[in-house]
Amino acid sequence: MSDISILKAGEKGLVIDFGNLIDPAVNGRVHRLAHSIAANMPGDVIEVIPTYRSLMVYFDPQQISRETLSAKIRQYLDNTAESGTTDDVATVVSIPVCYGAEFGPDLEFVANHNRLSIREVIAIHTSQPYQVYMLGFTPGFPYLGGMSERIAAPRLAQPRVAIPAGSVGIAGSQTGIYPIESPGGWQLIGRTPLKVFDPGSSTPFLFAAGNYLQFTAIDADTFRFIHQQVEAGSYTPLTSTIARGGTA
Amino acid sequence: MCTVIKPGMLTTIQDQGRIGYRAYGMPVSGVMDRYAATMANLLAGNETGAAVLEMTLLGGTFHFPNEAYLAVCGADMQGTLNGRRIKNWSAFYVPANSELAFDYAASGCRTYLSFYGGIAVSPVLGSRSTYTRAVIGGLEGRALQADDVIEIGKGDEMPFALRELSYHHLPKYTHEIRVRVIPGPQDDLFTTEGVRTLFGGSFTVSSRNDRMGILLEGATIQHVSGPDIISDALCAGAIQVPGDGHPIIMMADCQTTGGYAKIGFVISPDLSKLAQAKAGDTITFVECSDGEALAALAAEQLSYEKAAIG
Repeated sequence: MSDISILKAGEKGLVIDFGNLIDPAVNGRVHRLAHSIAANMPGDVIEVIPTYRSLMVYFDPQQISRETLSAKIRQYLDNTAESGTTDDVATVVSIPVCYGAEFGPDLEFVANHNRLSIREVIAIHTSQPYQVYMLGFTPGFPYLGGMSERIAAPRLAQPRVAIPAGSVGIAGSQTGIYPIESPGGWQLIGRTPLKVFDPGSSTPFLFAAGNYLQFTAIDADTFRFIHQQVEAGSYTPLTSTIARGGTA
Repeated sequence: MCTVIKPGMLTTIQDQGRIGYRAYGMPVSGVMDRYAATMANLLAGNETGAAVLEMTLLGGTFHFPNEAYLAVCGADMQGTLNGRRIKNWSAFYVPANSELAFDYAASGCRTYLSFYGGIAVSPVLGSRSTYTRAVIGGLEGRALQADDVIEIGKGDEMPFALRELSYHHLPKYTHEIRVRVIPGPQDDLFTTEGVRTLFGGSFTVSSRNDRMGILLEGATIQHVSGPDIISDALCAGAIQVPGDGHPIIMMADCQTTGGYAKIGFVISPDLSKLAQAKAGDTITFVECSDGEALAALAAEQLSYEKAAIG
């Protein structure tokens, strides 16, 4: 556990730093600790914010001292390390995507750039679940790990001013979804009819950091059908489970 | 209710912020100046978490068809009620069919208007704070516009004394601002000279300052080997230093993650001073311990308790 340090982030924050690397297993440990803290010490912390390789814990220093909180966290770290056999299962959220045409105007570019057919790009993009390392940038925006380098593509030279919510894109060897309409320079390959961020709903966020996303290809008719169900509030996203640090 | 005649430069509905959704990438938002907003609520007979109007640099003009009780705190925007000056840092009675007008901020940057009964907009994710970039909270997720109608909530039956804040609790807004900083989490990514520059150098608030953050000009802070880190969590008070060495202090609307090394955090009681900073003001940083930060939090709390009993 010597590679883990607990750092200061103002008088109300501390950061548990697991090292300086982007790695599925390291990120898995971040999410395990986040769950452990949220489940076991809800009265001691205000918020936990998992990121790639660290966890920020926000607390009220007038209720609990940094030293006491740090000692408790170290205990959880030691316990997790000792057991090592936690049935560590993550949720996989299925994201239907209509690829190409007006939904993904850059799909052809991504295919040509990688000397692949459009069909191959879709097959590769939907071939495995992606680990949600963290959410940030805009509400609900997932930083995903595990996309194949075979469909990597550079960002647009000139970012678009407005990208529709639900757009699925590629930037370098990353893939992601735009939860709200925003400017951006990612190559757009498709769009999901699901609402990634729905502030009025009882479940405002479609997925959380630590989940996995599995993209599935749908046609334009299915896109419209699901879109109607989403608008009517009758659509339930498909989910399954996966052993964390598994196939991705 | 009241009607907006002129909205001012940037007037939004804010409360103490949207806590609990940062893990989902949702910024906290909320009032920039916790001290002034809390005092406005206390003077207006509200809970400290009630939603208020936050006006920026140039205040708005409002029409009240019915009587109301208000309080105003923060930057001195030279408010007038039906043409007569009202005192800053005080509660006042607004008779039916009145006009309340604010001008530019003679000192400071942000003014808080608290309505007895609060502002009756629906909370989004547990908060009434406006976050314009995601178009949520407040009034349709945006800054106020002319002809907007602000519904005032219902206060308790109990009327309260109209009073002004004791001079003991009045902050002084100056052009030289000192804030206390707890080093970390990535102060080790800066050279000794870089850390010395933070605590010894002089910085100026640039024109690029808003609810997301304050960019500083002046001294440049040196990294050991570049500014980039693997993106991690950010919150208000964090001092990020990008490659040009000019620090950025994150404020209420800051994104929840960021990729520049953070040399330190401004302690939360001192963020109120930064909320009142204008372009051209100078900022100096003083190193501070957890103990000093706790004492500052306790002092802030004590001011509220004293102000609450008058």
